[in-house]
Amino acid sequence: MGFLDISNATKSYGAVEVLHKVDIAVEEGEFLVLVGPSGCGKSTLLNMIAGLEDITSGEISIKGNSMNGVHPSKRNIAMVFQSYALYPNMTVGQNITFGLEMHGVPKPERDKAMADVAKLLQIEPLLSRKPGQLSGGQRQRVAMGRALVRDPDVFLFDEPLSNLDAKLRVDMRTEIKKLHQKLGTTIVYVTHDQIEAMTLSTRIAVMNGGYVQQLGTPKEIYDNPANLFVATFMGSPSMNLIPVTLRVDGNAVYADTTDSAGAAISLPVAQGGDALQEMTGKSAILGLRPEALTDVDGADARAAQVAHVANDVTVTEPAGSDTFVTTTFGGTDCVARMRADADAAPGQRITFAFNMDKAVLFDPETEDRLA
Amino acid sequence: MAIATADSAVRTSRVTRTFLYLVLLLFALFYLLPFGIMLLNSVKPLDEITGGNMMALPSEFTLEPWRKAWSEAQVGVEATGLRPYFYNSLIMAIPAVMLSTFFGALNGYVLTKWQFRGHNIVFGLLLFSCFIPFQIVLIPMARMLGIFGLAGSTGGLILVHFVYGIGFTTLYFRNYYAAFPTELIRAAQIDGAGFFRIFWRILLPSSGPIIAVSFIWQFTNIWNDFLFGASFADFDSQPMTVALNNLVQSSTGVKEYNVHFAGAIYAAVPTLLVYIVAGRYFVRGLMAGSVKG
Repeated sequence: MGFLDISNATKSYGAVEVLHKVDIAVEEGEFLVLVGPSGCGKSTLLNMIAGLEDITSGEISIKGNSMNGVHPSKRNIAMVFQSYALYPNMTVGQNITFGLEMHGVPKPERDKAMADVAKLLQIEPLLSRKPGQLSGGQRQRVAMGRALVRDPDVFLFDEPLSNLDAKLRVDMRTEIKKLHQKLGTTIVYVTHDQIEAMTLSTRIAVMNGGYVQQLGTPKEIYDNPANLFVATFMGSPSMNLIPVTLRVDGNAVYADTTDSAGAAISLPVAQGGDALQEMTGKSAILGLRPEALTDVDGADARAAQVAHVANDVTVTEPAGSDTFVTTTFGGTDCVARMRADADAAPGQRITFAFNMDKAVLFDPETEDRLA
Repeated sequence: MAIATADSAVRTSRVTRTFLYLVLLLFALFYLLPFGIMLLNSVKPLDEITGGNMMALPSEFTLEPWRKAWSEAQVGVEATGLRPYFYNSLIMAIPAVMLSTFFGALNGYVLTKWQFRGHNIVFGLLLFSCFIPFQIVLIPMARMLGIFGLAGSTGGLILVHFVYGIGFTTLYFRNYYAAFPTELIRAAQIDGAGFFRIFWRILLPSSGPIIAVSFIWQFTNIWNDFLFGASFADFDSQPMTVALNNLVQSSTGVKEYNVHFAGAIYAAVPTLLVYIVAGRYFVRGLMAGSVKG
């Protein structure tokens, strides 16, 4: 039993089911990020937790109390909206204390709570201004202040950073993380940005098509994606997917594919050998993150299984800290993340190091993990 | 080459601009001409007008016609001037404008933020009152006023104007609130504000421009209405428009054109004032910056 329990939550609009039996238990103090492409149902789920949308079947409970049919204001939650939703006719101070006023908190207490929050978020000089006179980042802070002042059980964030410019977004991201570490509050956070999801969360729920595809820590999601969708959605540049044919040779399993010239190459599969024993001749998709495909000197020295394969470079993209090298394996473009000063030029034939410890295999039919 | 083009562009724009302003000025003058003539003749003694020189400036300036139209002219049975009818119009128009604006706002709020099944049909039906010719409703309305015991009273006129104003005010507020961010309503709900609190504290304070529009529109229409005033009012509740008609149409004695002109201006002043005072709110974007950057 978690602090915030979502069990079998389903949402339908008429005959269309947009959210299918979602099960998530959030512990107290956890930072859960719901991530997925547009229309995956993540905002709907958040609105259901907030009580802004009805739950069609299943149950959502906070601290063991069922929230089905409970009015949003009675759930002891606070929400930060994508557009901030600051009341345009009120000053920053009034915006922050409006919720307390509605809940009948006396004025001296309201003022004290407001002062505390304003100090925490460093918005004291803004208290008497109207939202229209604030910059995007300041509005964002005020919106967070409005949520914090209520001291709620659960904070809900609906894509709070997507209206900020790139630099401010990174700053505010750090700030939210700091705030979470300092206050230890329970947060459910919706975003479509996988980097936000990775950096902020203690756990991630990757959603697609109304299903939770995978629920796990950022590391689990990144290293052990449950299916092709999670593998490609998380990570940038996204995971390389090489079509291979499996071959069992004694105890060892090999993934056979071709280099850019069409010559056969063979990669030793490091993990999940037992499950693959019967799969000789079956085709599969080998997933490898760009940082697990690198130049020989840049390869992880602690990796147990590193395969060296020579291949032609198609494109190089120096990004300052790294150089991204594009090549072709099995007829698909693959991106290798190499050291900034790695020796690679378009047209050159260089040796690529596959860190097979990190390789994952997917079934091309079901798109689920094989090993 | 580029410089020459730019030069000729500047020259053309100056010529077109002059032409444009000239045309605008002409239209403005043309439009103001009747009002100018009314003003001129309302400050002339009668014999200057009957002498045949309507367009000339007054050779003798007098405010006597204005005084006479206000407090002395024979409108009804007694020589009261237009003053009591002016007050009739005020006590009819102000409550009717306020009621119809308030309920239009409430309707708009419900139709956009608390939508229910069939809300579009309800809205469509409300719009009927904008487009039906009012002659159709005269007799049923007279019957209803009789049943309510409001026949021939200012209260009856208020009710009629209030009911027929709701259509337009609902239209205005519905369209304004449709663009009002729903996230604000949701935020207020989470903050614990109920239906009416959200309306009072969040929506109405952000509705300045549309309240001004509704107010100007309703006041102008109700103040200028003749049909309902002539049909449903008694002698002691007749509005300004009906009284003005009676003044001008009276068939006894000399036609005092200067007094008629002054009376007509009295009838026009309130709507002009409302426009001048509230018109500036038309363009004020009170919502600027509330949502997104």
